[in-house]
Amino acid sequence: MKKSYFGDFGGQFVPELLMPPLFELEKAIAEIVHGPEFQRRFAELLADYVGRPSPLYRCPNLSADTGLNIWLKREDLNHTGAHKINNTMGQALLARMMGKPRIIAETGAGQHGVATATAAAMMGLECVVYMGAVDVARQAHNVRRMELLGTTVVAVHTGTKTLKDATNQAFKDWIANQRTTHYCIGSVVGPHPFPTLVRDFQSVIGREARSQFAAKTGGDLPAAVVACVGGGSNAMGLFHEFVPHASVRIIGVEAAGSGEPGCYHSASLCKGTPGILHGAKTQLLQDADGQIEPSHSIAAGLDYPGTGPEHAALKASGRATYVCVNDAQAFAAFKILCRREGIIPALESSHAVAYVLDNVSAFAPGDHVIINLSGRGDKDLDIVEQLLKAEQKG
Amino acid sequence: MHAPARTSAIETAIRKANAAGRKALIPYLPCGFPDVTAFWTEIESLDKNGADVIEIGVPFSDPAADGPVIEAASQECLERGVTLAKILEGLKARKGAISAPIVLMGYLNPFHQYGFERFAADAVAAGVSGCIIPDLPMEESDEIKTIFKANGLDLIPLVGLNTSVERLRAYASDASGFAYFVSVLGTTGDREVLPEEVSAKLKVAKGIFTVPLALGFGIKSPDQLAAFAESIDAVIFGSALIRHLREGKSAASFMQRWK
Ligand SMILES: Cc1ncc(COP(=O)(O)O)c(C=O)c1O
Repeated sequence: MKKSYFGDFGGQFVPELLMPPLFELEKAIAEIVHGPEFQRRFAELLADYVGRPSPLYRCPNLSADTGLNIWLKREDLNHTGAHKINNTMGQALLARMMGKPRIIAETGAGQHGVATATAAAMMGLECVVYMGAVDVARQAHNVRRMELLGTTVVAVHTGTKTLKDATNQAFKDWIANQRTTHYCIGSVVGPHPFPTLVRDFQSVIGREARSQFAAKTGGDLPAAVVACVGGGSNAMGLFHEFVPHASVRIIGVEAAGSGEPGCYHSASLCKGTPGILHGAKTQLLQDADGQIEPSHSIAAGLDYPGTGPEHAALKASGRATYVCVNDAQAFAAFKILCRREGIIPALESSHAVAYVLDNVSAFAPGDHVIINLSGRGDKDLDIVEQLLKAEQKG
Repeated sequence: MHAPARTSAIETAIRKANAAGRKALIPYLPCGFPDVTAFWTEIESLDKNGADVIEIGVPFSDPAADGPVIEAASQECLERGVTLAKILEGLKARKGAISAPIVLMGYLNPFHQYGFERFAADAVAAGVSGCIIPDLPMEESDEIKTIFKANGLDLIPLVGLNTSVERLRAYASDASGFAYFVSVLGTTGDREVLPEEVSAKLKVAKGIFTVPLALGFGIKSPDQLAAFAESIDAVIFGSALIRHLREGKSAASFMQRWK
């Protein structure tokens, strides 16, 4: 197996013009990221700027309601409100140490864009974020946040005008500006070495969760770890630590859209087929002619027609299980977490919570289940308002 | 490195133009542009008006190496229902009627979905001579190259300003048809001026490749080529031709410029 692959998935399906920057990045990972100076500065940033470690919290009420021990890994309490910042701090620090004065990123909902803009501002890097024109309109708050942070947001009008098209534009920018620019990709996607780089920056989630779990319970390992999967970075961040421990069930939760037959969704692992997009062979939503299909979810951060190649490999090997949760289930779990635990979760993370709440019988009574609460829900208030109104009418 | 046993129709066509004292002309049009039927009329017209090789674009939903002109045209083609299967059918129906060798240019996923073996067989049956696949660097091309070789199809490598001598050599070692030199660190699209470094890098590439060397990306008029005349054997133009057709002008009048 080639080192750029996870099983049959991954690789470097990019124009030749992008191979030199990928080699440059690989070399920088070996020489800079794996060095003591980077590791020291990164640990310091995660502690003092991001606010790590994030708590591992046992939900007393949900646990009582379900007969399980439900734990939340509180990535929602990080600076900027999601796990995304773990990755962007790592990549921005790397860009600095590589001597690249400029970083670019793609964003869908704007969460990764905000996290990149934040890291760029504090590191003194120029930052450009590509965002589909549809997303610019529906995520206006995050556009304003990025602009406040000094980032230039470029609206992308091609294709479906959403995340996948923003990603295409970011790659094009990188081709043209590779000498000065680092591409701060937002999830465990793209050509090698990005899926590994992003996973390694996010893997602090699982490492912390494991030691916090051991310290709090005296037990060694939880029965299961559960996370939502868009591109798959918060999930890989939690899963990576537990993959070698066969007793721990690994469950990735995808967005099933409205759940009606034939609806658009974002379940590329559950319902997609292998193909090549954004530099990697992975599971994709595509038609019989190999054209990428539009995706949909109420959670903008899950709205992507592909997924990280390592997830495709974990599914193929059977080590991880991938399941689907629809919009209504996610919204119900969102409300339960608000009312029962006083936590307003991101709609993305609500998918992971929903799977556990709706499938209690899939676990043994008393099982310890760690759910990655990848982000907070403040960003979702507009769409939540609409959902509540629709409920009142319906 | 031994030369391929068969002769490539593409290489032969380029050499023939060179023997006549000119650069081979390789126009590009995405299938379905300007519309599904006019496309074939334009292809026939390019063929009659001096195209030595014709490059047909296979539209893809996510064209990560193309600039705005080709991207917009391909998107329209997709909306008109163009698929790889339909392109092959169209070519099969016209087999023998187009004298210039045909190269398909497209991103990997539609070929992957079609199935490489099945594609190679159908492409040969349709009279296709080779493919340019911009998101397939040498690291990923082993499987498709083996299948193409077995079927006598050329896989045309793309190289550029930042391709090292080592990598140029690796591409040269088993290239067939021609090598595509990308003139800019960027995407497709016509440009007024080409970067200064092109000239030096082209000379290096010319010294390494035994197959013909074609220059593409950013080419709009013959006077751009004067500086590199010695290093290149062929020239590829896409965006400039699409723009020309969008202005309501003909493929024949575009080709006139280059004579
Ligand atoms: C809170 C939250 N969770 C999850 C995701 C999905 O991304 P990933 O699957 O890479 O964790 C996003 C993406 O924007 C997000 O904002």
